[in-house]
Amino acid sequence: MSTRTRLARSRPTEGACGKTGTWRVFRPVVDRERCNACGICAMYCPDAAISEDLEVDLDYCKGCGICANECPKKAISMEREEK
Amino acid sequence: MLTVATGNKAVATAVKQACPSVVAAYPITPQTEIVEQIAEFVTSGELKSQYIPVESEHSAMAACIGASVTGVRTFTATSSHGLHYMHEMVNWAAGARLPIVMANVNRALGPGWNIWAEHTDAFQERDTGWLQVYVGSVQEAYDATLMAFRIAEHESVLLPVMVNLDGFLLSHSMHPLQTVEIGDFIPPIRLPHAIDTAHPMGYGTLTGPDQYFRLRWDIERSMRDSVGVIRETEREFAKRFGRRYDAVEEYRCEDAEVVVVAMGTLGKEAEVAVDLLREEGVPAGSMRIRWLRPFPRLDLSGRDVVAIDRDYSFGFGGVIARSLAATEGAKPFSVIAGLGGQEVTYDDIAGFVRSRRPGEEYWFGVMPDV
Repeated sequence: MSTRTRLARSRPTEGACGKTGTWRVFRPVVDRERCNACGICAMYCPDAAISEDLEVDLDYCKGCGICANECPKKAISMEREEK
Repeated sequence: MLTVATGNKAVATAVKQACPSVVAAYPITPQTEIVEQIAEFVTSGELKSQYIPVESEHSAMAACIGASVTGVRTFTATSSHGLHYMHEMVNWAAGARLPIVMANVNRALGPGWNIWAEHTDAFQERDTGWLQVYVGSVQEAYDATLMAFRIAEHESVLLPVMVNLDGFLLSHSMHPLQTVEIGDFIPPIRLPHAIDTAHPMGYGTLTGPDQYFRLRWDIERSMRDSVGVIRETEREFAKRFGRRYDAVEEYRCEDAEVVVVAMGTLGKEAEVAVDLLREEGVPAGSMRIRWLRPFPRLDLSGRDVVAIDRDYSFGFGGVIARSLAATEGAKPFSVIAGLGGQEVTYDDIAGFVRSRRPGEEYWFGVMPDV
């Protein structure tokens, strides 16, 4: 009974949907001069694609721009990916 | 203890005794008194529940889902437009296999704006995976609410249960109510797929064409198993508290040659009509369908059937009449009566039986009298 599957559940797995960074149209570019390392960008990233060292993992960053929008120092700009 | 109560008060009293950990609800006529009463119980300390006043019915069901997935008992109540505002989450609750109990006070859908009794509101949720029971008295509203928790939380079921009572006819009518000491009638809840914070997981995640149908089949498997759980629960209830219920309440059916099939208060009204008809020598009986899902079997063979629908599926027919045609091969005289609280007396029901035309559909009050 306890092993019966009633509900779809999944454990967090890196890259379960492939390298979603390929969906990206705009890439976040961090101006390290302006950045004060507050970490708000990492906190808001819906894909957990910003590390504790505030490096963006471009394999999984979809380019949503939430980090740029939330950054209080305006240190992140969204730049169109080259084709 | 014998008291006098409205249907709404009866439901709230049963909820107090079942003691859900979380109640999230939004008021809507004619259900408001249920959530008001529960809020009072929580405020006075009689009920130790977390009461979440939410901004909409969609949020009410969402809050119940969030609470239920942690493995605690939950309750909400709604009606009509409120039920449909939460429709998306109603599906989610069943799909996520959460034993939420909800009281729905049956009320017509607008426009025309109407606050009176009709079953179409809940019938439109009949394919969501919820179990649905319809009651015929204030006492039954209380009893069915108590049983709903035990049935929903049974490990062979683990599906939500909707207790339906007719707007105003039951929600606001005062009847005698015999309350019980429930003791251990409702065992502690145990949800096998409750959230375990030590092992975090995504719930209800993307499920592809190779797996989704398995989860749908599991809902149906539990729906079928619920038939036995309902029977066992109703027998246990009768044993402990002396009031007996079945999926279908039969009245004077043993030798009946014509049977009235109806639901809710109309099913009770039909019993009075049967007595009248019997006095005239008409061998009539009544079957009041209590459980719409899982849909029961009815012994209709060799009998004329008069099906009264307080509902309608446009372009198709009365839901009960068409269901009996599908499941029992019946050719009922299909009466559409009581929509939006339209008054239907036992004399009217006796009239439907006297002048029945098997296989035909008759809209009471619209078509010339039969």
